[in-house]
Amino acid sequence: MRHGKYRFIVSFLAVPLGLYILFVVSPNVQAVIYSFTDWSGYSDQINFIGFDNYARLLSDDTFWIALRNNAVLLVVLPLVTIALGLLFAYLINIGGTRRGAVATGLRGSKFYSAVFFFPYLLSVAIIAILWRQAYNPRGGIVPETMSALGIDPPADGLLGSPQTALWAVIGVAVWHAVGFYVVLFTAGLAAIPRDVFEAAALDGANRFTMFFRITLPLLWDNVQVAFVYLGIIALDFFAIVNIMTPHPEAIANSTEVVAHYLYTRAFSGDINPQYGYASAIGVALFFLTLTLAALMFRVTRREKVELG
Amino acid sequence: MTQTAVPPRTESPTPTPVKARGSWRPTDAFFHVTLAVWALVSVLPLLWAAITAFKPNDEVFGTPFELPSEWRADNFVRAWGGASIGQFFLNTVIVVAGALVLTMLLSTMAAYVLARYEFRGNRFLFYVFASGLMFPIFLAVVPLFFVVQNLGLLHTHLGLILAYTAYALPFSVFFLTAFFRTLPTAVAEAAMIDGCSHSGVFFRVMLPMARPGIVSVALFNFLSMWNQYLLPLVLNQNNESTAVLTEGLATLVAQQGYDADWSALFAGMVISMLPVLIVYLIFQRKIREGFVAGAIK
Repeated sequence: MRHGKYRFIVSFLAVPLGLYILFVVSPNVQAVIYSFTDWSGYSDQINFIGFDNYARLLSDDTFWIALRNNAVLLVVLPLVTIALGLLFAYLINIGGTRRGAVATGLRGSKFYSAVFFFPYLLSVAIIAILWRQAYNPRGGIVPETMSALGIDPPADGLLGSPQTALWAVIGVAVWHAVGFYVVLFTAGLAAIPRDVFEAAALDGANRFTMFFRITLPLLWDNVQVAFVYLGIIALDFFAIVNIMTPHPEAIANSTEVVAHYLYTRAFSGDINPQYGYASAIGVALFFLTLTLAALMFRVTRREKVELG
Repeated sequence: MTQTAVPPRTESPTPTPVKARGSWRPTDAFFHVTLAVWALVSVLPLLWAAITAFKPNDEVFGTPFELPSEWRADNFVRAWGGASIGQFFLNTVIVVAGALVLTMLLSTMAAYVLARYEFRGNRFLFYVFASGLMFPIFLAVVPLFFVVQNLGLLHTHLGLILAYTAYALPFSVFFLTAFFRTLPTAVAEAAMIDGCSHSGVFFRVMLPMARPGIVSVALFNFLSMWNQYLLPLVLNQNNESTAVLTEGLATLVAQQGYDADWSALFAGMVISMLPVLIVYLIFQRKIREGFVAGAIK
């Protein structure tokens, strides 16, 4: 039987493992190797140039602008999304609590969380197309709404002005993500025993005290997960930028992000492809992601509240 | 065709506490207004797209808050045929269906072996699969392009199917391994004693038992594959005959000038949104739970 067992193990693992190594592991390894070369990606010319690509990164202004934009995203996107997600989840699930009564949600809570989840279902690519039209200065729904409210939208459009473009794309990302975090935090809230809220309500805590002194500390694990997930989104952001502002250089690179910059170095037809350099950008981004993930876990790790 | 914004089942029997009745407070109204505003913000852009998709072309821009002067269903016909949305749709269905079946087959096989058989290197292989969750996809895309090119699979459905599957494996194997570990062993042992082969146990006993986990993972993979953008963008390089919806539509929009057939493009957008919204409306609770479980694990 032993022989049969090992043959079975090998026959079941060979194909998935082979496919995974060929399509996922080897490209990642190759990317690291290519980052030390001057390969364009399309010629036979390939020379190892040591850390030259990485040195070039340090003095590449566009790379630094892209990095700064990622940094802005990394701060703003999680903060705004988590704040809104927590607020809505709290209102939906606990908002209906009366003093001394059973902790309960507002009427229509299921309707709200179902509707909030809609945007999250759609592909980032599709919503980027949709919002590009919504921001269109020629009668898009956003500038028209602004005019109706008496605010003058920028003449070049929200996506066409360096001052507003980054905020416009951040808005889309927040719109896309909030529903998911409402559901995530709702699941977290459901895991908290009701009597904790009831006891607090009996002790005279109002809903604001309850939120900051009870809900938030007990949800800290979920908030931490949310930070990591949104951080990963903030460090990618390729699809939204590539579709909504395909030429960030036309708006002073105000929406350029590292992933998109990498893509244009490797694939864009109008500049000479610099695959080795693009790989160096990728490796830098990978280590940045890893460092930040480790950092976030460390910073957000607070003393866990135990429910006895 | 405006299902885009149809709210799902709203008959929510929210347990309203008896004591609450009659104690209406102004803050309640404030809370409801807050939530209603965000509900509007969530739905309005989708509704706008759905309504615009029925407008004559010259009304697409400039009258965002008005209904179409005449409802033009032929926008959808033009989008499906003329703007190749039909082709994109078909490509997406082929690629996603193929990749989904392959992913579920391969990941259940790998996960089952990793969860239920002890052999040297078991833990190591598990971590090899799980580590795929850490690598950002854009680090690998360029070498991936050359891997697929060397296999002669650029601009093909098969190339996309293999790539989608490979990148879905880390999550699927990770999740399903944990799931197979939770299943009881007695049934499988009994089947073995009755003379069932290893693979017989897997296909006839374990797969049926693992159905709930498999359904969750399949739903998650369906949505992320249907919405995949970067892989087709790189592996198709704008080849229209194999383009999927996300990539094809984005390219179409990018190429449009001022005299473009915008109403057909909006119709195309609506067509591409419908399948996920329909799947959501059918499986909504399961999907939300699945997504959250995937995030917490």
